Amino acid sequence: MNAKFLRYLVKRLLMALLTIFLVIAITFFVMHAIPASPFSSEKAKSDAVIAALEAKYGFDKPVTVQFFNYLRNILKGDFGLSTGWVGNTVAELIMGGFSYSARIGFTAAFFAIILGVIFGSVAALRRDRLLDKVIQIVTTALVSMPSFVMATLLLLVFALQLGWLPSLGNQPGGLVLPIISLALYPMAYVTRLQRSSMLDVLGQDYIRTARAKGVRNSKLIFKHALKNTLTPVITYAGPMMAYILTGSMVVENIFSVPGLGRLFTNSMLRTDYMMIMGVTIFLATMIILMNFLSDILYKVIDPRIDLG
Amino acid sequence: MSEKKKLKNPLSLQIDPDLFREATEEEKKQQVTMRESISFMRDALRRLRKNKIAMISLFVIIIIALIAFIVPTFYPYTYTKQDVTAQNLGPFQYSAKEQMKIDKGISVFPHIMGTDNLGRDYAIRVIYGTRISLLVGIFSALIVIIIGIFYGSISGFFGGKVDMVMMRIVDIIYSLPDVLIVILLSVAIKDWVSTSKSELIARLGAGMVSIFIVFGLLYWVSMARQVRGQVLSIKQQEYVLASRAIGASPARIIRKHMIPNCVSVIIIIAAMQIPSAIFTESFLSFLGLGVSVPMPSLGSLASEARTALRSYPYQLIFPALAIFLIVLSFNLLGNGLRDAFDPKLRN
Repeated sequence: MNAKFLRYLVKRLLMALLTIFLVIAITFFVMHAIPASPFSSEKAKSDAVIAALEAKYGFDKPVTVQFFNYLRNILKGDFGLSTGWVGNTVAELIMGGFSYSARIGFTAAFFAIILGVIFGSVAALRRDRLLDKVIQIVTTALVSMPSFVMATLLLLVFALQLGWLPSLGNQPGGLVLPIISLALYPMAYVTRLQRSSMLDVLGQDYIRTARAKGVRNSKLIFKHALKNTLTPVITYAGPMMAYILTGSMVVENIFSVPGLGRLFTNSMLRTDYMMIMGVTIFLATMIILMNFLSDILYKVIDPRIDLG
Repeated sequence: MSEKKKLKNPLSLQIDPDLFREATEEEKKQQVTMRESISFMRDALRRLRKNKIAMISLFVIIIIALIAFIVPTFYPYTYTKQDVTAQNLGPFQYSAKEQMKIDKGISVFPHIMGTDNLGRDYAIRVIYGTRISLLVGIFSALIVIIIGIFYGSISGFFGGKVDMVMMRIVDIIYSLPDVLIVILLSVAIKDWVSTSKSELIARLGAGMVSIFIVFGLLYWVSMARQVRGQVLSIKQQEYVLASRAIGASPARIIRKHMIPNCVSVIIIIAAMQIPSAIFTESFLSFLGLGVSVPMPSLGSLASEARTALRSYPYQLIFPALAIFLIVLSFNLLGNGLRDAFDPKLRN
């Protein structure tokens, strides 16, 4: 690890921290710009009760004081108390939901990458043949389908019409359809990335040299080509994380999975502002960290890239 | 041996006029125009026209747009008109009341896509949803184009410290998770809209207002980056130096040299912006943050269809198909535009 890389690492980390701070600030001030008090939407309460509640949750202090209190509490892992699920802290609810979302999300991401790389490589190796064309048509169709369309169609066909898989997330095997609905779009995207990157690498001089020297086809692909084709896929890791996390809001609602996404939409219904803020900040931090990791990994894998 | 042959010395520059013959009319014409000179723009459009898939997509988009904007003007049903006697009809089914009318010889316009659970004609609702999607796509592309060009060209043109500061801002905005910010803003704006008295905002709905605000705040960054990169490289060209030497103002150089040279980048990015904007709008509407009821959107139609998915699957199929067709056509057209306008791929 040389000094230049270390400097890049520090710079990139500071950038990520700044972005997280900005997200917290935006979230906080946007939510505080809402005219209604989080308690006014509920059944008629006297002004005294509302004032008491606001004092309990600290909403009576100046906004900047509240902001720095909030920031300090977040650093301690305390996202405040939920007003929609009384008696729970936001952090508890988030961790409870995240255990489901992480299971679905990481499984979906895993399959999306593995299958995407395989299909993309196969398409590139069979360029312009029937198999390549089929893969191209299917992936073009898949990237044109929003997650909610994909999920509801899968639900309709495989759960309601054919009855092969359960329609609810808490039944055995119930997470299969949510995982598939989340994985298809990133899989198609990775396939397209991998195809063009494989075609690019296969056209390079060193591949021709290796072939001329008589390297076996399988060794050529796995040892010489594949490693160099993976950089575009790695840069997609961050956007993929964003897609899967936001997509889970839709998919978890459709399949009734008690994950973060469902928690988030429910907290919008219950106008639970602390919860909305907490989940937004949590999801944003995940996405920003993933972007950070994929950027770093990208530079580690491909040392030719200018660290600038 | 003839006299001519003797005259000819291999080293002499004398030309034998007898070897020449007059050019035919056709040959003269060839001399005038060997090949028509065409501008980059026309060349790219010619390439686009040759791309069958892109042209079919363009055709489909035009058809969809025509349906979305013309059909509602003469369609016999409106998207708000409820008919309790005609709930959840299938495509081309008639309610008992309508059947009686037909039996009496009064013609009744068929419900092409059936009706929804409130007895509203579904076809017109899908058409209005399509209209919303197209409007979001086009307006977001416009916002992105205007802000992105303005910001990117200023940053690239002035360079140095100005560029550095402006690009840092772009970097930060770029790393914000956009969909989350859109959702957050819609939640906040929804509350604000419900108390606002502006009729336009109320009609558009919280989701729409926040989508446009967020596009204005966040989505222009990739456009700004690309335009700035392009401007930076054009700035080094000799013809820019020449026009600066004559005394052209920065505004003129940007207008006359920079923007025409950025056109391909702008077209490619704007074309890719449209489907992603449509995606975002339908996603928000599905979550209930988009247009306000009773205005339909393809996302909210699909969301409502979930409640009776088993009994009335077509209520999902039609909006799903519509959004798929729109996004697919824009994606394919975008690919075609990229192939046609990207100078790197030119042979």
